[in-house]
Amino acid sequence: MSQTPTDIAVDVQNVTKRYGTTAALANLTLQIRDNEFFTLLGPSGCGKTTLLRSIAGFENISEGTISLFGESLAGLPPNKRPINTVFQHYALFPHMSVTDNVLFGLLRQRVPDADARKRVGEVLDMVQLSALAERMPSQLSGGQQQRVALARALAPRPRVLLLDEPLSALDLKLRQEVRIELQQIQYNTGITFIFVTHDQEEAITMSDRIAVISEGELQQVGAPRDIYESPSNRFVADFIGETNLIDVTVNSVNGDTAMCTLADGTAIQCKSAGDATTGAGHLSVRPERLTLTASDTGDLSGTVKRLTYLGTDMRITIELNDGTTLTARMQNTDDTTLPDRGDRVGLQIEPGAARLLTD
Amino acid sequence: MAKKFDIKRFPGFLAITCLCLFLLYTPLLVVMVYSFNDSNSITNWGGLSLRWYEEVFFGVEAPKFKKAAFNSLTIALCAATTATTIALCAAVAILRAGRFRGQGLSFGLINLPLMVPEIVTAVATLIFFSAIGFKAGYATILIAHIVFCIPFAYLPIAARMQGIEGSYEQAAQDLYATRWEAFRLVLLPLMMPGIISGFLLAFIISLDDFIITNFVKGAGIETLPTAIFGSVKQGIKPNIMAISTLLLLVSASFVTLSWFINRKGGENSS
Repeated sequence: MSQTPTDIAVDVQNVTKRYGTTAALANLTLQIRDNEFFTLLGPSGCGKTTLLRSIAGFENISEGTISLFGESLAGLPPNKRPINTVFQHYALFPHMSVTDNVLFGLLRQRVPDADARKRVGEVLDMVQLSALAERMPSQLSGGQQQRVALARALAPRPRVLLLDEPLSALDLKLRQEVRIELQQIQYNTGITFIFVTHDQEEAITMSDRIAVISEGELQQVGAPRDIYESPSNRFVADFIGETNLIDVTVNSVNGDTAMCTLADGTAIQCKSAGDATTGAGHLSVRPERLTLTASDTGDLSGTVKRLTYLGTDMRITIELNDGTTLTARMQNTDDTTLPDRGDRVGLQIEPGAARLLTD
Repeated sequence: MAKKFDIKRFPGFLAITCLCLFLLYTPLLVVMVYSFNDSNSITNWGGLSLRWYEEVFFGVEAPKFKKAAFNSLTIALCAATTATTIALCAAVAILRAGRFRGQGLSFGLINLPLMVPEIVTAVATLIFFSAIGFKAGYATILIAHIVFCIPFAYLPIAARMQGIEGSYEQAAQDLYATRWEAFRLVLLPLMMPGIISGFLLAFIISLDDFIITNFVKGAGIETLPTAIFGSVKQGIKPNIMAISTLLLLVSASFVTLSWFINRKGGENSS
């Protein structure tokens, strides 16, 4: 897909960041489009926050370039970049009221006082905090502080908004509410959001596109559905959602399909990531795409080890004859007949659900 | 059954506490009470009176004490202001400029004067001034006071600064503030309780200093402590008790003020 330069909000080209001899970011290249809700996802210490801080200007990258709408950001200090950040612990100025916190960026940009105050009113309305405008940050709850941080970062109308795990300090219920609000605000303002999180569920439910990062290297970029359904390697499949990894022998590769043999000799056709080779490999199958069948039918067979009730569905752990354990999920409906612990069952892989992965 | 370790249960805890408090505060109380004594003797009670306070402000020695008090207060004010400014700059450099070689050494060098016996500093300062041919007087006292006040101003300032996360200044810079604006509009207001504490501590230490002042002051100039010492050498008169009580009052009010400011700062930043 070709892009005109102005469609790209942030262009990260071959960026490397070293601390001493360890590389926090290793030759990372990715493009974040204008108007997009983009998420950097990875386990803690993977370099996603380092990348965010490099875009904001708080870290000097060792190699590579970062450009904003086609213009290099090299050498620009944070206060010269039209980018604002919602910090992980908000960093609200404790000696200033909500209004003064939100005014801060506008006044530094020399926006006339009357216009600045009008803008503060607008953004406080947007985050539904108008009633608390004169409070001090210490008089607000965690969720309210988070909204002030968001309002403060949005007030100067940045080209790009960076969010560094802004929901990690909130409790589950509030976090789910704020997710929807953040998405709505991104949609309404049209500002490019770059969101950092280690929570794959958060990433999948909020983002237009996700970049999965591990150990400073980019693993995959794509829409949530691509990442979930077509993970490009074992790390992505494992990190996003729940998956079963099954050892197979690859017999032949033909474009994006491959023929494999399971341990017991059953042949199976699967999708492949393109760079697959014949020999040993792994199949990834999501638990909801494994169906329980009668004993000695289906692609695989094993013994039921454990049943876990999850409300909407039931998680069933099955041990195969060779000792591998797999997980299947079944919807809890009235006519579901559940196996018992110790039952011999067969497992059917849904057509097209198996994906061959490289390590 | 293991009893909870509690120092309050030790035998004699109450008695030892009372004894310590008695030894610490009785002399001060005696001085305060006898400053209101209507008698020439410092040991016999002759009824309540303010005559020694009158003596301090209007008696034969009044001009001498007024001059000394003026010197003490102006020196304390100038020394504390300068020392606090230097200490603030040092704290910003040591705690906010990132890691650099000699960071630990810098911290040690700033605080070392607290551990050097004051008499050594006094002798060294005197030798230094005479070696460079600096004429002893008001200026030598002021310079010496600025120098020994720096670590006292530095400690509360550095303690406060360590408690302020770097993310506040980063947030300010992220919101288009220059480094100077981030310092002036965010770090400095958050630092204020520490700065005021440091200033008050430096002020009290300067006001109170005797040893170094006595060495570097030269003839013909007195601060309050050296003037009091001079008077006492000719015998203790009750007017000294009145001056001491007034000094105590100034010190106590400064310490109390410092405590309240610190407490308020602690509430705001939590």
